[in-house]
Amino acid sequence: MTGFRTGLMAAAAAAALVAGAAGAQAACTITLGAAVSLTGKYSTNGTHTKNGYNLALKLINDKGGVKVGDQMCKLAVKYYDDESTPARGSELAERLIKQDGVKFMLGPYSSGLTKAIAPVTEKYKVPMVEANGASRSLFTKGYKYLFAVLSTSEQYLASAVALAAENAGKMGKKPNQLTMALAIQNDPFSQDIRAGVIDDGKKYGMKVVVDDKLPKDLNDMTTTLTKVRALHPDLFIVSGHAKGAATAIRQMAEMKVDVPMLAMTHCDSAKIIKKFGKAAEYTLCASQWAPTLTYKDDIFGSAMDFAKLFNKTYGYMPPYQAAESAAAVEVFADAFKRAGSTDPQKVRDALAATEMQTFYGNIKFDATGKNVAKPMVLYQVLNGKYVVVAPSKWAAAKPIIPRPKWSERK
Amino acid sequence: MDNLNLLFAAPILNVQLLLDGLWIGAIFALAAFGMALVWGVMNIINIAQGEFVMLGGYMTLLVVKAGLSPLLGIPFAAVVLFILGWALYRAVIWRIVDADMFISLLATFGISIMMQQLMNEVFGSDVRTAESGLGMNYLFNNQVTVSQIKVLAFVLAFAIGMGLWLFLKKSRLGQAIRATSQNPRAARILGIDTSRVYAATYAINAALCGAAGALVVMAYSIHPYVGLPYTVRSFMIVIMAGLGNLGGVIAAGLGLGAAEQFAGFLLGAEYQLAFVFLLLVAVLVWRQINLARKRQYLK
Repeated sequence: MTGFRTGLMAAAAAAALVAGAAGAQAACTITLGAAVSLTGKYSTNGTHTKNGYNLALKLINDKGGVKVGDQMCKLAVKYYDDESTPARGSELAERLIKQDGVKFMLGPYSSGLTKAIAPVTEKYKVPMVEANGASRSLFTKGYKYLFAVLSTSEQYLASAVALAAENAGKMGKKPNQLTMALAIQNDPFSQDIRAGVIDDGKKYGMKVVVDDKLPKDLNDMTTTLTKVRALHPDLFIVSGHAKGAATAIRQMAEMKVDVPMLAMTHCDSAKIIKKFGKAAEYTLCASQWAPTLTYKDDIFGSAMDFAKLFNKTYGYMPPYQAAESAAAVEVFADAFKRAGSTDPQKVRDALAATEMQTFYGNIKFDATGKNVAKPMVLYQVLNGKYVVVAPSKWAAAKPIIPRPKWSERK
Repeated sequence: MDNLNLLFAAPILNVQLLLDGLWIGAIFALAAFGMALVWGVMNIINIAQGEFVMLGGYMTLLVVKAGLSPLLGIPFAAVVLFILGWALYRAVIWRIVDADMFISLLATFGISIMMQQLMNEVFGSDVRTAESGLGMNYLFNNQVTVSQIKVLAFVLAFAIGMGLWLFLKKSRLGQAIRATSQNPRAARILGIDTSRVYAATYAINAALCGAAGALVVMAYSIHPYVGLPYTVRSFMIVIMAGLGNLGGVIAAGLGLGAAEQFAGFLLGAEYQLAFVFLLLVAVLVWRQINLARKRQYLK
């Protein structure tokens, strides 16, 4: 009796095993882990990030998934909400890897969160492709499992400085006579941008006349603007996330601060055109990506195709945060295909050898894991639209430098 | 040093800095009135002060959404926040009136986090502004800019301070509030419903902050996490002015605003807040010395 029962159980177990193996054959799923900010102060951009990931996921899966070795695998993402706090981010990364058994990670939103999560993924040798951590300091720590598809922070406004030098003649000066005013938030990411700008300025021999570090919690820039108005710099650079961009645009118009060039970051996350209309005109804005660029891939098609599909799916035009997030998923898919395996080590090596074009731009990682194949673009707000004005390869219009004085505007 | 020379080279910049300091100081004072009141009467330090300001801003945005002038947001925000303040008192604050100060800090801190997250859910984390429709004045060949909404904020802060003072002095409820603040037990014996007095105090505080928030969204900008600077500033102003000293609150608010602007200009924006805290320490030390001297007389 006992023998019969044992035999029965063994048979059942064997059947279950076979069924299980067959199931795996039919539906191989690679789960990527991601902690993104769905609540807290980064929730807007966290949502853009998640939407970008999901759209890429959907498209790849609709096409049957990714070919890994000789089977087709679907991609899935396990999300947690990191509440925009770094401590929570690293806790969740730990949980994704240890409890949920995730072997690959997508990045969170913001440099701060990426900085908190990278040591964890590094510890467990889990490859992470991130799309929203641009701080230079992420790539000086010798991380081996961190890959970033976006341009790093010190490049953000390099093209604005170059543009100023090119157009120095129009402002009646030589490049080495130009002066810069900087109003840049006092946080690691923004200060990286500042370091890049100062380095670039030095190359041309430009002089910094105002160098204010904006406090994180202030919604008033009048002291800095009073200084700028008195000192007449040629190039005024503002970087303080969406809050800095909105405050600068509004208060410069109110105080009629005239500068020949105004360049800033985070224009689109601050929605400066929609919110401030004419006051935003002629502003130069650094961007990771623009829908009008001519990059292409076979998942999304062109940059414009991506923008249209995104708009149709989520009801708003994709900010670059969404585009770069989608690109991160594509990079993973490409690496799985080339690795022919889901072994984290092999996938890491494949990632390191990535050389591809996506709708978002060319992607090739250097030894530190940052993307060195894609330049930043510079928009200018012209007639209520973002128009690419630099680099010249994609420029749709010549930049208007110097900007008209407030008294000459209608 | 360069910046100091600049101030001497172009003295007109002093005017701009001073005015900007007064405008923002008036709004700080407005938020601080309520804190002084709640602290003085109920012995509660309301950490959610800045969140009431933020909420007032969002109420104004609702008014704008309804197609009305954002100026109507000032009374609207005040009324909504008054009701909210009352409700919060009935739900949470009454439990902590007699408790340890630490408990009240924790409870109001909790309220502040809840409000931040709630507004983040409802309105998103974007930076929002409202256009007051009032204009700007450009003086001295556009070397000094005066925004009319900021002038309005300044005038309102004074008027509300004055109104509050009269209310506390003359009205029945105002007298009850003062009596309760002096000795709650005696007030209760004399037939004052202290629980109602507390509720009213807390609600008035919220209403004042709401009005301040409406001005903030028109003159500056708001987002769900904008509250903290206002809480910190109110706290400092109240410490400087002393509890229940409304004139002192206005003076401290304006002084703080102006000091911040000049510090920001001379030392750079990054030292603006550091300077303010340094100032606070200096004021406290000076007060301590003064008090010690007074104690000497008494001996």
